[in-house]
Amino acid sequence: MSFDVEVENLTKCFGDFCAVNGLSFNVEHGEVFGLLGPNGAGKSTLIRMLTTLVPPTSGTGRINGFDIVRSPNQVRRCIGVIPQAMTSDQDLSAEENMGIFAKLYGITGEKRRRIVRELLAAVDLTQWADKPVKMFSGGMRRRLEIARGLVHQPNIFFLDEPTTGLDPVSRVAVWEMLTRLKTERDLTILMTTHYMDEADKLCDRIAIVDHGKLVALDSPLKLKASVPGKNTLEVSFSETPAGWLQTLESLPEVAGVKAEDHIFRISSDNGPRTVVELVEVARHAGLTVTSLSVQSTTLDDVFVHYTGHQLRDTLQSNVVYSSAHMYEKR
Amino acid sequence: MHRILAIIERDLRRFRRSPTLVMVSIIMPLVQLLVLGNAFGGKLKHLVVGVVDQDHGLPAIKLKEMFQAVAANARTFDTVPYIDQATALKDLRNGRINAVLNIPPQFSRKVFAGANPRFALIEDNTDQFIASALEGTLNQMLGPYNQKPPPPLISADASLAVVEIYPYVPYIQYLLPGSTVLAIFVSAMIGGGIIFIDDKARGLHEGYLVTPISKFELIMGFNLAGAMKAIIAGAVLISAGSLIAGIPDPFNPARLARLLLLVVVTSLALISFMFLLMVRVNDPLVPRAMFGVLNTVLFFPSGAVYPVSAFPAWMKVIAIADPFTYAVHGFKELLLKNTGVGAIAYDLLFLGIFTALSMLTATLLFKRTL
Repeated sequence: MSFDVEVENLTKCFGDFCAVNGLSFNVEHGEVFGLLGPNGAGKSTLIRMLTTLVPPTSGTGRINGFDIVRSPNQVRRCIGVIPQAMTSDQDLSAEENMGIFAKLYGITGEKRRRIVRELLAAVDLTQWADKPVKMFSGGMRRRLEIARGLVHQPNIFFLDEPTTGLDPVSRVAVWEMLTRLKTERDLTILMTTHYMDEADKLCDRIAIVDHGKLVALDSPLKLKASVPGKNTLEVSFSETPAGWLQTLESLPEVAGVKAEDHIFRISSDNGPRTVVELVEVARHAGLTVTSLSVQSTTLDDVFVHYTGHQLRDTLQSNVVYSSAHMYEKR
Repeated sequence: MHRILAIIERDLRRFRRSPTLVMVSIIMPLVQLLVLGNAFGGKLKHLVVGVVDQDHGLPAIKLKEMFQAVAANARTFDTVPYIDQATALKDLRNGRINAVLNIPPQFSRKVFAGANPRFALIEDNTDQFIASALEGTLNQMLGPYNQKPPPPLISADASLAVVEIYPYVPYIQYLLPGSTVLAIFVSAMIGGGIIFIDDKARGLHEGYLVTPISKFELIMGFNLAGAMKAIIAGAVLISAGSLIAGIPDPFNPARLARLLLLVVVTSLALISFMFLLMVRVNDPLVPRAMFGVLNTVLFFPSGAVYPVSAFPAWMKVIAIADPFTYAVHGFKELLLKNTGVGAIAYDLLFLGIFTALSMLTATLLFKRTL
């Protein structure tokens, strides 16, 4: 079986530090494949290698069968790339930005004008076509970038954190647009994100990446099913007596307990029953439950399960920003 | 080719929307031309010279009359009579006057006796320009003062006749070639340096790098786009500067064509040089920090403000390698002498080779990855 994206032992090191460390996976045609991980996990470096922006230290990557090192121009012709930074020219209009990129791909004349018109309509920017991009909101700019990435009609689309910095309404708009464009244009999408809900909503399969390594890879449903317990409870008490963790682990239906500061994350096969048990055991011990939440297993729980830490804990850590490019160096 | 044109189109569209930066590149050299050209080029006027006559004889009166005649006509200086030398010297030290002409006692007697008559110019030599101007004026005046009976019509002595083949060149005209090259350079510095690195830092180049454009196409696109803006700056400076400086027949079509050729070649040379310097730079502060240094190192050793032949050896070495030198020389030939292309062929050749080498090296050094 041939894959649209093939990655084998791909590695990128900056000196002693390896941002991407022997990653391997394949992406099937028509799939939305998500790379999930905190900033500094190596997601953007991986995307940059696959889009020929950064040469790999070792390993191979193939896009549509073209090797990213040996045939970079063939790779560039069949991929659309939406970088993390907004790279549209703010002094130019949406139409001009699109037109110039069409020319960079060798699309000229009436064909160029038709494609630009169609794409601007597809991202609901027709009425803003002749307005300078500096007048656009963040969501509009991101939609323009998505349209620009499709100007040469690629079949594989790379998006590096497409909704970072957008407000919730704009995020949902971008999600809907991507879903529609994927279907209409028969796209294979490889995207990075550190938003769990985004990965859950958009991706057919998710690769969880941490410290440059692949720690889990499957569909969101299967990943969630792989975590013990159907519910996750977060609970804190007025005090934490000695041996309290073991007490909680011994409760019926409890599949596992992790303590983080004074908060206990409990995986349970029966959330409502565990709540009752928790209140009871606390009353017997003379403690008060100071906070309690119950939720179904999320990708956040999956991430904690596989990496041993929460996604939000590592946000912004270990990252060196180099101007707007956000090179991951550590 | 369409990819190169796309980069040029993008740059020129941005320039059309926001021409402020290129306007700055024109205004700065124009202001320099106006200020420096007029500051250094003019003749000194209305210096104040105190006159102390301690002799009062006929030769002393004749000397004072000649001195006052210069004051009345050339207006190099104005005279202020003093009764005693001490007061005059006190005013000289306090800066009220620029010099003191002192005619000592017994001056007239020595003139009549032919016994080495001397008078003194006591000057404030902290300003060499003023001191030299006063000395020169007085030395010129002494010729007629010492005039003997008329010489025979046919002189037996050899003499030098100086013939100037070009009209008098005021300093503002002398400065115009340098100002033109400076306008092109500032435009190259902004377009090829500051904007290039700013775009890179904002991630705009990342958009280019994911397309199938080649290194050479990218460099050519950036260079030609930058050169076009530099050509506009150079052409405006030539036109406006020629009018301001009073270049004779400034819009002669043949000369304008030759000037345009040199503007184009100079623009390409300086923009390609700028790209060579910036090709591996990522920090937006670097081109800004380099601006002043480059301006000094390239502009002043080029002969734009002072002849290269007066420089010490190490500065002459800089001048030889400096593209400004050849551009300034070329513009001097065309603007001040109205010569043909033949007179600037060597300058064009140097700038052409310089452009080719800079472009080639920049292309080799350019990283097509982040």
